[in-house]
Amino acid sequence: MEAARPMTLTRGRTGIGERFGLPYFDGILLAAAIGLIAFSVFTLAMATSDDVPGEPLYFVIRQSLYAIIGVILMLAVAKIDYSRFREIRVGLYSLMIAAISLVLVFGAAARGSRRWIELPYFRFQPSELAKLLLIVALAAFVIERTRRGTPIQQTLRILALGLAPAALIFLQPDLGTGIVLVVITLAVLFLAGLRWSHFAAIGGVAALAVTFTLVIAPATGLPSPLRNYQEDRLTAFLNPSNDPGDASYQVNQSVIAIGSGERTGRGDSSTQTELQFLPERHTDFIFAVIGERFGFLGAAFVLSLYALLIWRMLRILTLSKNLYGTLIAGGIAAMLMFQILVNVGMTLGIMPVTGITLPLMSYGGSSVLVTFLAIGLLQSIHSQARLDSRSRAPTPLLR
Amino acid sequence: MYRHSPESEPERRTSPLALRVSILSGIAIAIFSVLFLRLWYVQILEGDKYLTEANDNRVREIRVQAPRGDILDRDGKVLVANRTELAVQVRPEDLPAPGPERREELNRISTVTGMSRRQINTELEEGNRAAPGGPVILKKGLGVDKVFYLRENQSRFPGVSVERVFTREYRQGTAAAHLFGNVGEVTAEQLKEPRYSGLRQGDTVGQSGIEYEYDRYLRGKAGTDRVQVDALGRPTGQLRSKPAQAGDSIRLTIDSDLQSYAEDALGSFGLPGAFIAMNAQDGSILAMGSAPTFDPSIFTRPITQSQYRALTSRKTDAPLANRAIQGLYPTGSVFKMITGTAALEHNLIEPDTIFNDTGVLKIDIQTLRNAGDAVYGPIDMSDAFKVSSDVYFYQLGLKAKASRGHGQIQDWARRYGLGERTGIDLPSEVEGLIPTPAWRNRLYREGLTDRPWTAGDNINLAVGQGDLQANPLQMAIAYAALANGGKVLRPHLAERVESVTGAVLEEFRPAPRRQIQISEETRSTIMNGLTRAAMEDGGTSYAVFGNFPFPVAGKTGTAERGIQPDQSWYVAIAPADNPQIVVAVTIERGGFGADTAAPVAARILEQHFKAPITPVVANPTRPGGVRE
Repeated sequence: MEAARPMTLTRGRTGIGERFGLPYFDGILLAAAIGLIAFSVFTLAMATSDDVPGEPLYFVIRQSLYAIIGVILMLAVAKIDYSRFREIRVGLYSLMIAAISLVLVFGAAARGSRRWIELPYFRFQPSELAKLLLIVALAAFVIERTRRGTPIQQTLRILALGLAPAALIFLQPDLGTGIVLVVITLAVLFLAGLRWSHFAAIGGVAALAVTFTLVIAPATGLPSPLRNYQEDRLTAFLNPSNDPGDASYQVNQSVIAIGSGERTGRGDSSTQTELQFLPERHTDFIFAVIGERFGFLGAAFVLSLYALLIWRMLRILTLSKNLYGTLIAGGIAAMLMFQILVNVGMTLGIMPVTGITLPLMSYGGSSVLVTFLAIGLLQSIHSQARLDSRSRAPTPLLR
Repeated sequence: MYRHSPESEPERRTSPLALRVSILSGIAIAIFSVLFLRLWYVQILEGDKYLTEANDNRVREIRVQAPRGDILDRDGKVLVANRTELAVQVRPEDLPAPGPERREELNRISTVTGMSRRQINTELEEGNRAAPGGPVILKKGLGVDKVFYLRENQSRFPGVSVERVFTREYRQGTAAAHLFGNVGEVTAEQLKEPRYSGLRQGDTVGQSGIEYEYDRYLRGKAGTDRVQVDALGRPTGQLRSKPAQAGDSIRLTIDSDLQSYAEDALGSFGLPGAFIAMNAQDGSILAMGSAPTFDPSIFTRPITQSQYRALTSRKTDAPLANRAIQGLYPTGSVFKMITGTAALEHNLIEPDTIFNDTGVLKIDIQTLRNAGDAVYGPIDMSDAFKVSSDVYFYQLGLKAKASRGHGQIQDWARRYGLGERTGIDLPSEVEGLIPTPAWRNRLYREGLTDRPWTAGDNINLAVGQGDLQANPLQMAIAYAALANGGKVLRPHLAERVESVTGAVLEEFRPAPRRQIQISEETRSTIMNGLTRAAMEDGGTSYAVFGNFPFPVAGKTGTAERGIQPDQSWYVAIAPADNPQIVVAVTIERGGFGADTAAPVAARILEQHFKAPITPVVANPTRPGGVRE
């Protein structure tokens, strides 16, 4: 592919982007992302003031810090031509595998699963970064191997590359992120033009695996790849109960919280979240906090920001100057769509509890930073496409 | 597979990719549609439901039990009141699910309450059976140190709370124990009855005695505390609350001094028995007791099987039984008053007809004799009452028609109130039995007895023997009817309902059950005989009452009860010329009426009229052991 273009551009008018040296910046995408993280900080300020004794702003300060670092990282990545990542795909892929493996060896255990690496001032969750690294590396592998081997060999190769890190993350065990990696792999394959027959085959195998894990293994006593609590969580939303120790209890409380918010929310009398009926309210169930506190107004506003974000991503996907950009944008869009669907769906009681965070909304450094990095990549794709379009005249599919 | 090489082809967004991007966009639209619609459904369409659930979650309504009203004696002296106690209460639903965590908590509870884990589990199970899902009181009377410990370590005791509970306190010890009855949690079956509407599981109601009879006044109205709780059930704030309304007090007609005095008198013999002191004109009961007695506070704690057996077994003479209304006894000679009434009213004999008591009465092959083989010679009815001639009344029994159901003596027994409940304001009185030809012949036909009705049965009945069964209260009512000119009274223990401040809310003046027609001649003849029995030398209870400052009419009775020693009876009307009070006493295995029952009756009258009596002779049994 072509080398990165110099970033020296002279335009008639100077926008904000230009001041940062980014004239072809997607402002709406940036605005949606900033809007979401701002809403997250606002919600945390409202709902978590009593969580850490003596430090009412504990979560607010940290999430703000992550946001600022995230935005800086995003701007930095946006300036790089993403196409360069193709060249270091093997390095990126190895880094990803290494990071995930590291956590298996040195990771800090939380509730029986190791997901973090303790760094000074920061607890890093490699599986979050792994999602992004996989997208960038896998997209590159897809393009590099286009002309080698039979179609089936190609498909199997990419599948193996995608499922290997997923398997490692399952081992942590982190079911949610593992599934996200699988979704990313499928999305990249899909956009790369995987044959429908191959898709059908993958779907069939997946259906068999799921049936075995959730139905046959528990019924026959065969060893299940899932831990009991994971299995319970995955199936609990199908039959809610009142047992507080149970995954469906969390979902029940979450749905009650959101429902009780009604049109405009309950504000400071949000008893579901204030009185701790709702677990993990600043992380996985933050959407329920929003629903109860700000009502349909607030929750729909957040969903709209996500819709805006996804629309801009899909638009960038079509604008991309090359398939590599398309695949990266598609992988990121699919990843975020899946996370939004599963997380918001979970809080609304229509999806299982898997521990998937809500991007830019859940409290947590790794998730916030990685999401901003991903948006930085999209900005890069956008900028490169606009720079490219000065010589060509693209016809975007979506606008 | 990969149909295009993007780097080299300018038209890279060929239709296959466009299709796939469209599909991806379609999925995005589908995802957001689903989420928006679900959000709309949950918040807008079902929002009210979830808001209610959220409030149900956080608001716990704690029922605040109302203190029960006091039970007072006629002078306002407190007999039964409440004591507040701190109790450990467990809400089984808030305990950890069965498993090691629950076991550990039960161990901690066990340390605090001193109960074993097994006991705790038994209590919880029993509580759940009595009131499914309700809170269970584990232990009452918790020490202050333990209360503080529980409150400080609340987080380690989910589902456990310290509650204030009311316990009945019996201020006069065992006095009148048989009247009050006990209180207990309302049962699931009771909650279905209209009597208990508005109550909930866990509420306390009277289960027997006065507590049961006047429960609707005494119980008060429970209030509710609305408390905001967090997910662990810890209170985080007080919401609106409705205070409990204390129950009203019941003032009894009982004179507690007289009651204690009478109980002591009865108890001095150490024999089972009962006494009643009743106003002869209006049926209000001044004292009523039964021996042996018990400590009513035993029911404020969970009662063990062996304790309950000790209260009800035959071996211990069943202290729980209130013999005054539950005893089923032959009455012996105290029944002669009824036989006399029947004979005079049916003109079987004239008051002044002289009957020659030869000491024996022959019917067929049987020869009946007076008690102690006494021979009284020529006597009229008044004399017959004075000396309690059996032969005199045997011949009345022989004369009285007793065909079919309508025996003349039986009819009068029924009119006087035997064989039916008196209607006293206590549950569980028994009605007793008036033997009739119809009754015995039916039993005979059914093979339940060895012989049909004979003349001998009527003769036995005439002197209160045979199959007759009556309780002391029925006899008191019968004598009161004679004394007051025919009013068959409805006895009552409750005088009125009073509010906490003492205002009278309701008074109880039950009307007589009926008026029976007794001619003045009949009444005066019998009253004369009964008075002479107590006041004249040679009368059956002269030894006991002879020195009384005003005339008393009284009848002794010595009832034979199979293989048991004779049962002593006495019924007194005082003063005889202006009847105010009727006293009935019976003592099982007490021997002659004059020996045990009459002295108890005398001491009751003595206390009531504040008139000390010196017995005429130290030993009331006269030489020769004359039996009435």
